[in-house]
Amino acid sequence: MSEVKPNIVAAPEGIAGEGFFATTLDKAVGLARANSIWPLPFATSCCGIEFMATMASHYDLARFGSERLSFSPRQADLLMVMGTIAKKMGPILKQVYLQMAEPRWVIAVGACASSGGIFDTYSVLQGIDRVIPVDVYVPGCPPRPEQIIDGITKIQELVKNESLRRRNSDEYKQLLASYGIE
Amino acid sequence: MALTNEFVLEKIRTRFPEAVLQVDEPHGLLTLEVTPEINVELLQFVKEDKDLQMAFLTDICGIHYPDQVNRELGVIYHVHSLIHNHRLRFKCFLPAQDPKIRTAVGVFAGANWMERETFDFFGIQFAGHPNLIRILNMEDMTYHPLLKQYPLEDPTREDKNDTYFGR
Repeated sequence: MSEVKPNIVAAPEGIAGEGFFATTLDKAVGLARANSIWPLPFATSCCGIEFMATMASHYDLARFGSERLSFSPRQADLLMVMGTIAKKMGPILKQVYLQMAEPRWVIAVGACASSGGIFDTYSVLQGIDRVIPVDVYVPGCPPRPEQIIDGITKIQELVKNESLRRRNSDEYKQLLASYGIE
Repeated sequence: MALTNEFVLEKIRTRFPEAVLQVDEPHGLLTLEVTPEINVELLQFVKEDKDLQMAFLTDICGIHYPDQVNRELGVIYHVHSLIHNHRLRFKCFLPAQDPKIRTAVGVFAGANWMERETFDFFGIQFAGHPNLIRILNMEDMTYHPLLKQYPLEDPTREDKNDTYFGR
C-alpha cells in the first residue's frame, strides 16, 4: 500500500523561527474562517440536486472544510442560493440573509440565481443580486459539482484575504444601504 | 352503461334549450360553448343528474382572444364523471370591458382556488366568490399577466439587445 499523505493547509506568510511563528491577526483569522465555512443551502431547483452530489462522497465538499451544513441562518457563514427564485420568494430570501450574522458571504449557483436564466418572465427574479449582495457567481445550467467547488474555493480566497475592518467600512455600509439593509 | 357524447349533449340541450351556442368534439372530447348566464346551473345539472354524475371538477381556467370583439375573455370548465369515466368541457365568453361571471364555489368547493387563479392571471371577476384575491403572483402586482397586451418577458431587464433576438 502506498502511503497517503494528508493535505494540510499551508501556513500564511509570516516570520518563522526556532519555536515561534508570527503573522498578522487578519491572516490567522482568515485562515481559520476560510477552512471552516458553514454553508446554508437555499436550494429551489435542479442546482440543488447538483449540490447534493457536491456534498456527497464522490465530490465531498468536506475536503474543503465545509462538511457542516447549517440549516439555521444564525450560525451560517455562506448563503448558497441554488435555483430559480420567483419574485414572491425574493423577500423570503432577503429575510434569510438578514438573519445571518456578520461576516456573511453569498454565492449564486447557476444561471437562474445569477440572472434569472431561461426564465425571463414576469414572475421570476432576474438574479438574486436584485435583493441581496452576491460575492461569487457560478455559471451553468445547472453547473457541475466541479464548478460549484470552484465557486467555493473562490469564496475561500475572498474569506482568506478579507480585511477584518471591511464589514465596518463605509463602502460596505453603502453596499448594504443600496439594498435597503442598514 | 357507457356515456356517449351524443347522449350528454342531448341531455344538456333538453335541460337548457337556448344556451348551447356551439358544439365541437376535438379528440373525442365534447366541447360546448354556452351562454355565461347558465354556468352555475350547468355545473349543478351535470353534477347531480343521475345519468351523468359528472361530480369531479378537473379545472377552471381562462383564455384571452384579443381579436374576438366583445367576447375576448373566456372561462373554461372541465368536469369529469368518475363513475362513467367521461369528460365534458364547456366555455363561456365574456367582454373584456366587464368580465364578470358567477362563482361556482357553491357547487364545487374546489372552484375557490381555481377561480382565484383565473382572476389572478386574467382579471375575470367571479361574482359571489368569498375571497377573490391573488393567489400565485405577488400581491402588489398591478396587472393580470396572461392578458395578451402584456409582454411575457420581465420588463425590468436592461441588458438585452434586441438584435440578438431577431427583433
